[in-house]
Amino acid sequence: MAEPLLDVRNLTVHFPTDDGLVKAVDGVSFTIEPRETLGVVGESGSGKSVSFLTVMGLINKKQARITGEILFQGRDLLTMSDDELRKIRGDKIAMIFQDPLTALNPVHRVGAQIVEAIQAHREITEDEAMKIAVEMLRRVGIPQPDERARQYPHEFSGGMRQRAMIAMALSLDPDMLIADEPTTALDVTVQAQILDLIDRLKEEFNTAVVMITHDLGVVAEHTDRVNVMYAGKVVETGSRDDIYYNAEHPYTWGLLQSISRLDEKQDRLRPIKGSPPSLIHVPPGCSFHPRCPYVMDICRTQVPELVAEDYPHANACHISLEEKQRIFASIMARQ
Amino acid sequence: MTMTMGQPAPDVTASRTPLVKLTGVKKHFPITRGIIFQKRIGQVHAVDGVDLEVYPGETVGLVGETGCGKSTTARLITKLMDVTEGTVEFDGHDITRMSRKEMQPVRRDMQMVFQDPYASLNPRKPVGTIIAEPMAIHGTVPKEKRRREVQDLMQRVGLNPEHYNRYPHEFSGGQRQRVGVARALALRPRLIVADEPVSALDVSVQAQVLNLLEDLQDEFNLTYIFIAHDLSVVKHMSDRVAVMYLGRVVEVAPGEVLYKNAKHPYTGALLSAVPIPDPKLAQSRKRIVLEGDVPSPINPPSGCRFHPRCPNAQLPKCSTDDPELTPHRPGQLAACHFPLPDRAVITEEAEVKAEETRKQVVRRVRSTGEPKPGATRTRRTPRKP
Repeated sequence: MAEPLLDVRNLTVHFPTDDGLVKAVDGVSFTIEPRETLGVVGESGSGKSVSFLTVMGLINKKQARITGEILFQGRDLLTMSDDELRKIRGDKIAMIFQDPLTALNPVHRVGAQIVEAIQAHREITEDEAMKIAVEMLRRVGIPQPDERARQYPHEFSGGMRQRAMIAMALSLDPDMLIADEPTTALDVTVQAQILDLIDRLKEEFNTAVVMITHDLGVVAEHTDRVNVMYAGKVVETGSRDDIYYNAEHPYTWGLLQSISRLDEKQDRLRPIKGSPPSLIHVPPGCSFHPRCPYVMDICRTQVPELVAEDYPHANACHISLEEKQRIFASIMARQ
Repeated sequence: MTMTMGQPAPDVTASRTPLVKLTGVKKHFPITRGIIFQKRIGQVHAVDGVDLEVYPGETVGLVGETGCGKSTTARLITKLMDVTEGTVEFDGHDITRMSRKEMQPVRRDMQMVFQDPYASLNPRKPVGTIIAEPMAIHGTVPKEKRRREVQDLMQRVGLNPEHYNRYPHEFSGGQRQRVGVARALALRPRLIVADEPVSALDVSVQAQVLNLLEDLQDEFNLTYIFIAHDLSVVKHMSDRVAVMYLGRVVEVAPGEVLYKNAKHPYTGALLSAVPIPDPKLAQSRKRIVLEGDVPSPINPPSGCRFHPRCPNAQLPKCSTDDPELTPHRPGQLAACHFPLPDRAVITEEAEVKAEETRKQVVRRVRSTGEPKPGATRTRRTPRKP
């Protein structure tokens, strides 16, 4: 297989605080292939955003202890100088955020902000850059892009702002787009429009997409592969169908069972007991063990490694594969 | 408006009187200009003609997107706001024009649970005091018995009664929401209006709070009005679901009926936009894609408010005639001139397909997944550098 686009190896991001060390990301390894869509699911505090903010170089190195390697097209982003990193960020890797109103500058016109991003990376005149900006606004489905480019962010609706962000992110034709909860702040009908737009543009621009979300429904419809994260670690990774029809980690089972589903008549939800752990006092052994209904003695002391028991589907759990398959089948049969 | 909305679901006996009855309820917020002489230059039609009946013991869900008026409706029911037009009845009494003093005994019977458990609890008071406050205000429980009563409530909502003296910041989001629920229960109300009670919580914690609300409904014989933007959650919780769009109720039906046979194209669009955590079903459902955003409630569109975004709109009828809620199935009403056919979004084929996939998984795993004696794990790291 060709070299992966992004190869993250044993990444840790720890923040020293007065209360103790916050282990936001704790030994995470994964790869992203060109043009694929990776879904990253997890609850708040699972480390899903922090790991990709680190990829973007947006975590202040003075405030965090970062170790590991982040190889993007073969080059380690963590050892690069700020100048080198700046050439990649925005140009090769772009990111869009949950709240487009805070991500856009309120005192500059939308078109001018896109022009600024283009000119930071390309030696072209303002007029040429503006032509690209207007064309991008058109491609993301903003009507009257000429006029819209001259407006300010507050004149845009929530969905339109997120479209403008996507236009800016894709204006330099990046190889990878990181979307951090891109639709969480939007209504469902607008969410559907934006997710469809990302799907379409991904094809047009040949971009790999990372979709960070807490919504298992979004992942089911818009990704190829999924990483499930819990307490700073990837606990399961596999193809989309692996995760939905062959899940191998108790946390994934818990998530799948606890959500209210439109497509099923559920008498009662089956929640995961307890709440996500503090990242300062992460439970010893498997960090999910205090909440796991299948906990064994070994889980309390030994950290399970992420092992590909049926490659490339991998999970970090001490239960034997056969037992896990048996449990999952009974969960599926019950539904 | 004279139509009555909300034939109760078949399992709710129609003979009973509704606990809550809204008739032609409107709430308009003025838009003013100027500081001293505030000139009225327009109004936001936040709620614009809602009729709704809620029967004792049932859960009615209100669902809709931002700005559809669902939260305003909640505040009108509990009289945290006064209606502009129409009447609100509680247990057969018209509370629309009641004074604060007259309202106080009524308020004992209706309580609210709010969305943000961080903002709705006073950070300077221990949770015990927060939960006891309604008892103090209404004088329902004498002072010396309050502590016991509060601890009993804390136990019932799944909090440790020993944490009586702790402050809200010492609790997690889910626990705080339990405090909010305990406070709402303190007066033993008959109606609880829950406005987005789980949308600020993590997925794994949401289910805990939803289950708690269901248990308490049985235990305390509660009637719920459950408001959320998440159609899956609303459907799970409610006997009947009312879908709101731009200040109006456009469709009411039992959750299952709504899911299978939504009649209003807006409901259909919601159904086809809600992410379904089942890849096969999600791919095979029909899509009703809406163009554009919700129009401004300052100048709502003429005729059917949904017509500018509606894929089925037929002009000029839809832009001139305001459709009324008309019955379709038992318990189902929809306000549309050209309703959707049955099974417009989730087709039977899609359901069968999804079910088949699930059965296959179970069969496949059952046939291969028998534990083999001495089976060991293969230790292979996913992608060795």
